[in-house]
Amino acid sequence: MNGQVINMTINEKQDEIIEDFDLFDDQLDKTQYIIDIGKKLPPMPVQFQTDENLIRGCQSKVWLHSEMRGDTVHFEADSEPTAQISKGLVSLLIRILSNEKAEDIANADLYFIDRIGLSNLVTSRRAGGLASMIQQMKQFSAAQAGKNRTAEQPTL
Amino acid sequence: MQTATHEILDIEAIRRDFPILDQVVNGRQLVYFDNAATTQKPLPVLHALTRYYEGYNANIHRGIHTLAEKATSAFEASRRAIQQFLNAAHVEEIIFTYGTTDGINLVAQTYGRRFLKEGDEIIITTMEHHSNIVPWQMLCEEKGCVLKVIPIDDNGDLILEEYEKLLSERTKFVSAVHVSNAMGTINPVKFLIEKAHAVGAKVLIDGAQASSHIDIDVQALDADFYVFSAHKLYGPTGMGVLYGKRDMLNAMPPWRGGGEMIKEVTFEKTTYNDLPYKFEAGTPNIADVIAVYAALEYIETLGKKKIADYEHSLLEYATEALESIEGLRIIGQSAEKISVVSFVLDGIHHQDTGVILDQQGIAVRTGHHCTQPLMRRFNLTGTTRASFAVYNTKEEIDRLVQGLLRVKKMML
Repeated sequence: MNGQVINMTINEKQDEIIEDFDLFDDQLDKTQYIIDIGKKLPPMPVQFQTDENLIRGCQSKVWLHSEMRGDTVHFEADSEPTAQISKGLVSLLIRILSNEKAEDIANADLYFIDRIGLSNLVTSRRAGGLASMIQQMKQFSAAQAGKNRTAEQPTL
Repeated sequence: MQTATHEILDIEAIRRDFPILDQVVNGRQLVYFDNAATTQKPLPVLHALTRYYEGYNANIHRGIHTLAEKATSAFEASRRAIQQFLNAAHVEEIIFTYGTTDGINLVAQTYGRRFLKEGDEIIITTMEHHSNIVPWQMLCEEKGCVLKVIPIDDNGDLILEEYEKLLSERTKFVSAVHVSNAMGTINPVKFLIEKAHAVGAKVLIDGAQASSHIDIDVQALDADFYVFSAHKLYGPTGMGVLYGKRDMLNAMPPWRGGGEMIKEVTFEKTTYNDLPYKFEAGTPNIADVIAVYAALEYIETLGKKKIADYEHSLLEYATEALESIEGLRIIGQSAEKISVVSFVLDGIHHQDTGVILDQQGIAVRTGHHCTQPLMRRFNLTGTTRASFAVYNTKEEIDRLVQGLLRVKKMML
């Protein structure tokens, strides 16, 4: 993956990540890849590291900040410094979902999770509450998409 | 001397009794180091379960037919085996429960509610499992009792002088863990009991972690109550034991109402059954109670002392090997420990450690181990815990060390 994700759809980005993971047979190598993605995540402004932004259901501390930028949703995230797998997982989600339209995020089918062959890593009880991260991203997006629809409704 | 005794145990043969161990997990031979959570079950226990269901499954005690007789007799044989295991004075002092937590709740809800009152003090320790904290907090909330906590030092030992300072005529109950699940510390429970009795308090000992590792003699300890779970001593899940002194159990009201615990029921009044049945309402966990007999027999055949000596040699080996890893700190350095090593790695989240060890086929436990107050005492959110049983080997500990070096390499 080269980071040139602009103008790619959510599914194209997922496909690219699946291809990257296909290069590794070993779970440890895949996990290393996730850790390394996390290390590249730009640091999150401290003012976003609030209790409201904490991802519920994560055993380690992960913050997710969501905001609308124009007509797309922008996500930023960080974790407590030691929780590197959680940080990698949230980075992966940001690569796929950030800067996409709210409705697309809310409706996204995140099939990459089953396809990268790391199901033991991505269950909610373990590495990082991936399910909770997705839920929080989708909830924010669904609420925004709902607002858009309300705004678009013609007044009678 | 330890070497001489544990050489008698044929670990390879023992491992063959535990078929679950012989499997590949995530591409590697399984290393099972989560024994403090639950031990694996040897073939005789599995066979006891299938023999029961295949041959004499029946509801016990009131059945007149042959299968019911056979099941009742096997069920009560387990009670006698547990009586011996604990050296209890009377067989009716053995109450079957669903596990340690169930036993503690039973005592809190019956003895506690009947005999404790506002202003009475209950003492626990800093290293209690949540299951020996919450039932007492619930009782305190209801009755207005006060919960006091014995502090620990940096090694993970109780500060006994502080315990003695906490004791007074207001102390009515002490509930303490025999062996810490998170650190492995073996507490001086005989001392705790003596001091508590001196002020007239009663004592419950949580033996969940002790039962498979050290000899328990409830009469020598003079424990008023002793609780443990079968699944941590090579037996099935969902089955536990409450030992209580006969006079105390007789003085306690029943807890759950239902079948078996009654003598006679009319709509006006019910009279309760005698011990131990007074506390065993409903159809009990017959199969698992029967299978416990096989677990105790298995332990006895190997010899508890030999098991303890062998496990101690694993503990010493693991402690030395893990301490050689830079940035690794062992939490719980008591001189008296069972085979549990809890540790943190500098700069690495325990959860990440657990995930990457699992990917190498090594099963450990990570997190707060249901001892959040203890974790807070050490200013931690959790640790990684490796806990050993009789079927573990030094080669497996070497695998753990290699696995941890890999974790460090990936993270740092």
